[in-house]
Amino acid sequence: MTHLSMIPAIADSHNVFLGFDFSNEWLLLGLKLAAVLVFFLTAPLGIGYAEHKILAHMQARLGPMEAGRFHGWAQLIADGVKFVQKEDIVPSAADKAVFVIAPAMVLVPAIMIFVVLPLGPNGFWAENMDVGLFFALAISSVSVIGMLAAGWSSANKFSLIGAIRGAAQLIAYELPLVLAGAAVAMQAGTLSLPGIVEAQQNHWFIFPQFFGFGLFLTASLAELSRPPFDMPIADSEIIFGHMTEYTGIKFAFFLLAEYAGIVALSILAAVMYLGGWKSLPFINFIPGPLWTMAKVGALAFFVIWLRATYPRLREDQLQKMAWKYMIPIALVNILLTGIFKVVF
Amino acid sequence: MAGREGAGVAVTDPTMLPGAPGEGIAIDVAEPGRFATEEMILNIGPQHPSTHGVLRMVLTLDGELIRDAEPVIGYMHRGFEKMAEVRDYRQIIALVNRHDWLSAFGNELGLVLGVEALMEVEVPERAQWIRTMLAEWNRVLNHLMFMGSYGLELGAMTPIFLAFREREEIQGLLEAATGGRMHFTYNRIGGLKEDLPRGFMKESARLVKVVRHRLADYEGLLLGNEIFKKRTVGIGKLPGSVALEYGCTGPILQAAGIAEDSRKTEPYLKYSDVSFEVPVGENGDSFDRFWVLYRRIQESLKIIEQVHDKLPSGPIIPGKMPKNIKPPEGWIYSRAENSLGETGYYIVSRGGKEPWRVKMRTPSFSNVSMIPYLLRGVLVPDLISVLGSVFFVVGDVDR
Repeated sequence: MTHLSMIPAIADSHNVFLGFDFSNEWLLLGLKLAAVLVFFLTAPLGIGYAEHKILAHMQARLGPMEAGRFHGWAQLIADGVKFVQKEDIVPSAADKAVFVIAPAMVLVPAIMIFVVLPLGPNGFWAENMDVGLFFALAISSVSVIGMLAAGWSSANKFSLIGAIRGAAQLIAYELPLVLAGAAVAMQAGTLSLPGIVEAQQNHWFIFPQFFGFGLFLTASLAELSRPPFDMPIADSEIIFGHMTEYTGIKFAFFLLAEYAGIVALSILAAVMYLGGWKSLPFINFIPGPLWTMAKVGALAFFVIWLRATYPRLREDQLQKMAWKYMIPIALVNILLTGIFKVVF
Repeated sequence: MAGREGAGVAVTDPTMLPGAPGEGIAIDVAEPGRFATEEMILNIGPQHPSTHGVLRMVLTLDGELIRDAEPVIGYMHRGFEKMAEVRDYRQIIALVNRHDWLSAFGNELGLVLGVEALMEVEVPERAQWIRTMLAEWNRVLNHLMFMGSYGLELGAMTPIFLAFREREEIQGLLEAATGGRMHFTYNRIGGLKEDLPRGFMKESARLVKVVRHRLADYEGLLLGNEIFKKRTVGIGKLPGSVALEYGCTGPILQAAGIAEDSRKTEPYLKYSDVSFEVPVGENGDSFDRFWVLYRRIQESLKIIEQVHDKLPSGPIIPGKMPKNIKPPEGWIYSRAENSLGETGYYIVSRGGKEPWRVKMRTPSFSNVSMIPYLLRGVLVPDLISVLGSVFFVVGDVDR
């Protein structure tokens, strides 16, 4: 690739009209982060719209049909505009500073995870960290602090119960998530996400790590508070958990973070188990990023499908499932991975 | 401010009101070594998604454990009994339609059966058969609604939409006959408003098949679902003796193992001429209550099919009914197995155009009064599982 900076006329001057100085790290960083932000703002909309339509058709409904004329494609944009217009209410008994900052505490980690997620080969990512997997799994659990802050500061008992449930759930399911990730890292021999994809050159990790894949998917559903693990926001008992008191754009931030979380963890699952941008044999003329997105789409469909099918588990049943079944299975999985790694 | 530091840790200042502006919730945490936590009073309702209207539950919580639960009723008291005293019988039919809006046909049936018995009117055969059929259709409508909403309360969002898919078609059928989708007002003292429209029987027969076929969806989504079973089996166990003490009837009592159904024990209309079973649960838990509902739909469909075969022709109301209905002086208590249980009307007549007193005995009221018994010692999530399976309509509780 020819860098523009190699052209002397451009490289010499720092403020060149039209000539972006790509050797400037800051400019490159800015562009990459802008791309991450754009992806962060658009991909969840796609998932959200797909959820509207898929759920509707599974439930003998049509879903949004009006906004944007064609099958309501613009519904979520309309929703976003509506959220901005809504009155921004802070309950008088709330701890105002914490209440205001909590949505940001949920949203920022949700953006930051996208920095390390690779979408395609040859640098189709913002940052290739050596510890990318570790970073992604770590940052995805930071949002629990925002959740707790929101529940605590709302001065609402429903919010409080929801936040405590959410925190307990996240702590319990963080372990199988990380343990499943550890097995993948062992298998691949690297923590770098592009490195993990490259290690799947011959076979996708879903085959040797079948149990790991199941654990990872289940745990990420719990991490996202998606059905059947949506006890923290169980609308039929505690209204909407920690989000009960939020209105307008702050509420939208929580929702955006949730859907961005679906995208992020689907990408992560695709990268870790489904070979990322690796194509199926014989149809490798389709570019890599499209493969990633197709796999993400399939995983997101699965997540939506579960929502249409299952009731929610009770909180203590969730805990029991995590501590008594998933974590032991994850540990055995690591053990087996280690043995296979040494033997073969 | 003292409270700012204290938020989250022990708040010792008794003058600090919980929920003062900017303070968050003040919660006392027990001193080390004593693991009891402070009990929290949680108000569920009157505006809450899982109370089907405006029932209010005052819960005393220890963490998520319910120490005590008290249903507070009366938010939807509309004075039906008093209103009935200043309406003539014709108008009361439209009135009783509305206290339990999910079993409107059954309600009006209970009332007209009582008045007819008081006046000793002979109801034509055809009218009796049609009443039997429509009462069963109404039961199916009602049970579908509760099956759907119970799923929704447990977090499964699909069954309610499927229930409304079926309900829509059944409501269309009943609308064709009665003109109403929810409040039918189809009964008259002595018979019915008018005969069935042309094509009704064919559509009804088709719908029986459709609903029976689609019941498999609920079986897959709820009855056979692992998580649904985990949430309902063994939750909210109600022994038969307790159910009897609280006066529970209908699906609740049947799930508790007692096969009481006034269609069987004291047959009215044409229920003695059709064959059906009364499903009985084994454990009396939430799952059994739901299962009884499911089975009752199947039995109702069976009854409807038998009515299709046996429906005679003839008049639907006696020709010589007076314009002003004036039952002779006396009283009567008429009971009918309504969708949610036994609905009774105690009617006192002084020979006038209006009744002197109408006392309603509604199943939802007894069911709700039993809730505290079931809720002590269960978790908040199970509150939903219990509350949803103690089928009630708030309008029917408060009247």
